[in-house]
Amino acid sequence: MDFATLLQVLDSTIRLGTPLLFACLAGLFSERAGIFDIGLEGKMLMSAFFSAAIAFTTGSVWIGLLAGIASSMVLSAIHGLASITFRGNQLISGVAINFLAAGMTVLIAQDWFSQGGRTPSLVGNARFEPVTLPGAEALRDVPLLGPIYYEVISGHTILVYLAFLCVPATWWVLFRTRFGLRLRAVGENPAAVDTAGVSVVGLRYAAVAICGLLCGFAGAYLSTALQAGFVKDMSAGRGYIALAALIFAKWRPWYALFSTMLFGFLQALALRPDLIERAIGVKVQVQLLDAMPYILTVVILAGFVGKAIPPRAGGQPYVKER
Amino acid sequence: MTEQAPAIELKGISKAFGPVQANKDISIRVMPGTIHGIIGENGAGKSTLMSILYGFYKADRGEIFISGRKTEIPDSQAAIAAGIGMVFQHFKLVENFTVVENVILGAEDGAMLRPSISKARKSLKSLAEEYELNVDPDALIEHLSVGHQQRVEILKALYRQADILILDEPTGVLTPAEADHLFRILDNLRAEGKTIILITHKLREIMEITDTVSVMRRGEMTATVKTAETSPEELAELMVGRKVLLRVDKKPATPGDVVLSVDDLKVTDDKGVHRVKGVSFEIRKGEILGIAGVAGNGQSELMEVLGGIAQGTGTITMNGRTIALAGRDSDGQARRRAGIAHVPEDRQREGLIMDYGAWENVVFGYHLDPKWQSGFLMRNTAIVEEAQGKMERFDVRPPNPKLAAKNFSGGNQQKIVLAREIEQNPDLLLVGQPTRGVDIGAIEFIHQEIIRLRDQGAAVLLVSVELDEIMALSDRIAVMFDGRIMGFRDPAETNERELGLLMAGIEGEVDGDEWQAIDRQLERKEAEEAREAGDA
Repeated sequence: MDFATLLQVLDSTIRLGTPLLFACLAGLFSERAGIFDIGLEGKMLMSAFFSAAIAFTTGSVWIGLLAGIASSMVLSAIHGLASITFRGNQLISGVAINFLAAGMTVLIAQDWFSQGGRTPSLVGNARFEPVTLPGAEALRDVPLLGPIYYEVISGHTILVYLAFLCVPATWWVLFRTRFGLRLRAVGENPAAVDTAGVSVVGLRYAAVAICGLLCGFAGAYLSTALQAGFVKDMSAGRGYIALAALIFAKWRPWYALFSTMLFGFLQALALRPDLIERAIGVKVQVQLLDAMPYILTVVILAGFVGKAIPPRAGGQPYVKER
Repeated sequence: MTEQAPAIELKGISKAFGPVQANKDISIRVMPGTIHGIIGENGAGKSTLMSILYGFYKADRGEIFISGRKTEIPDSQAAIAAGIGMVFQHFKLVENFTVVENVILGAEDGAMLRPSISKARKSLKSLAEEYELNVDPDALIEHLSVGHQQRVEILKALYRQADILILDEPTGVLTPAEADHLFRILDNLRAEGKTIILITHKLREIMEITDTVSVMRRGEMTATVKTAETSPEELAELMVGRKVLLRVDKKPATPGDVVLSVDDLKVTDDKGVHRVKGVSFEIRKGEILGIAGVAGNGQSELMEVLGGIAQGTGTITMNGRTIALAGRDSDGQARRRAGIAHVPEDRQREGLIMDYGAWENVVFGYHLDPKWQSGFLMRNTAIVEEAQGKMERFDVRPPNPKLAAKNFSGGNQQKIVLAREIEQNPDLLLVGQPTRGVDIGAIEFIHQEIIRLRDQGAAVLLVSVELDEIMALSDRIAVMFDGRIMGFRDPAETNERELGLLMAGIEGEVDGDEWQAIDRQLERKEAEEAREAGDA
């Protein structure tokens, strides 16, 4: 693999890793607060549709983004209502959200646009355009660093940079603020938070809302930045992969960056089967490459990659004991 | 002084959970600067009353006055603001947070953590000096001993400027020495003018430390007396409503042949921590061997291996035959075939299926016996009849075999398990925490049944964290600390102090300050466990 191709692959890694990173951090906030969220997938999908649909109708990707976030947060609110207020089963609520999103997006898309469950292609201001970072053109010819800066780091949409900024921000919120301390505590031992006079319900709703917000970004990125429009089931299991990445990352923000980029890298490789063939001399089925992230996920979930200890109160509704 | 307003005054507090009246018209006055004991059996309503005071529940009726002022306490926040701090029986700590993080949780000074933490660190230091409450502020809770965790709970309350401290069964998890230290801390707090409410079911503690004591029975406050003017016998009678025998009557043991012999048993848990580190002992026919120790020093794991729930290494022989410690023949069924009956420590999780009826529970584990099944179908009528008989013989109330196990009180649940295991006439009975969560009245009965089994020639291995129980029942006492047996003692020739030191891992006489030695020992153990957990 020559240097130029490597840069291309790394560039796709970042593009493909970004939605995973958003979704992974979304899951991190939720699960750190003790609410398991298998519905990341559904929230992304819902946001992907509404971002694209509203961006198309208004012609503004920013309004589209807001609509996407709003739709994702509505699903979050439903999940919160089911699992926090009514103390329902969090897995079932999450699965229900995924089904709801899968069905509703296609249904509404067909009703609004009659294009077989897609939105029309987005052009111009209805899409996020790549941003060229300052000095990228000028530094292009600097050996080694110039091409890395120009090819890999520069030239992404604003959402990519936002996703990367979310990593230190998440770390800072979780480990340096009062809110973060309480959020982590509520996922470990909600009774401790409750007896300290802090509202368990309030904290968990806040966490679920942040989860909705970040899933909203993830979905909008899929349909208005990575692609130009919504297609059926376009989230393609990314919500689940993000959950696997979260376990891989042991519920820590910086680890989440690395694990999602690893999965992004695998997805990027799957786009270039020719590279693999050249590297190892055997033709590998594209399907096998496509399956790699999922295989790795299974391996991770089976616990081969060290022991990941989830937040102790995860998945359990909080009930004051008698 | 005489006109001083009470620190706490409750007037006519009532609280019902559905049809159960947990508190009935309770009134109580607690004077500032005193230690006030509240004593009563399980389910008497002590914890409910304190939870109302701490804003965990809302009373149906009644008023609360703090320092003479009527105060509404709708939630814990309000209780904290009113200067009330509570140390729950089950600690409310975040296990993977540090001490200082737990202390500031909910009492931070601002949105940023750093200033709160450095302030808390300073104030922890001065609290430690003032009240002998030493804990490393940066230690993780999960690496601390229970005694130290309890100190963190007290520090949490003091950091929130609590003037009134409620402790719910604080000594249940402590060694006698740790309990003594706790009482010294409480003494210091009282001297500083703090008001303390101590909830317990241990008469000895009440007599030792309180100024006044209130007795609760079935949701009602039956009496409030000055501690100096009462006696344990009188309090026990007030608690139960009839005269109770506080001592166990038993004949001297007549040990026969060796039934169980354990040699160099080691157990490692699934986290890779060594729980039992080479334990050897023997039990003979007609003998009760009591294992004393603070919870978490390997007794539970020892019982689990003997009962076939967990696996270990070493040699165990039962009636001269080696029994398997791993693999297919090491399960509970194999143990029962070998003549071992097991009354597990956690009866609700391991002894019973809570949603099943008493009749089903009395044959569990023995359900493959042809008496109860015919290859495919269960002989339900026979089982119900058997249950009926057992419930009569063991005085289980209500004597209704169809009632689900969860609907019986703790004492009656335990009687169901005991009836099942004892009536198998085992050669060896393993019995863990036989009277945990059991009323005084039922304790008497359970102790008599265990002794009756011994007198019939069975060997009994008793594990209990209640030192009183160990001393009353055992014919020989082994003390476990940190996965090892510190030594064997004859109950007639030892005393609580000696056992207490052994339970803290200290052999022989101590020079200088006793509890400081204990503290050092505990810190050593904590450090070791932290290291082991780190390695794993």
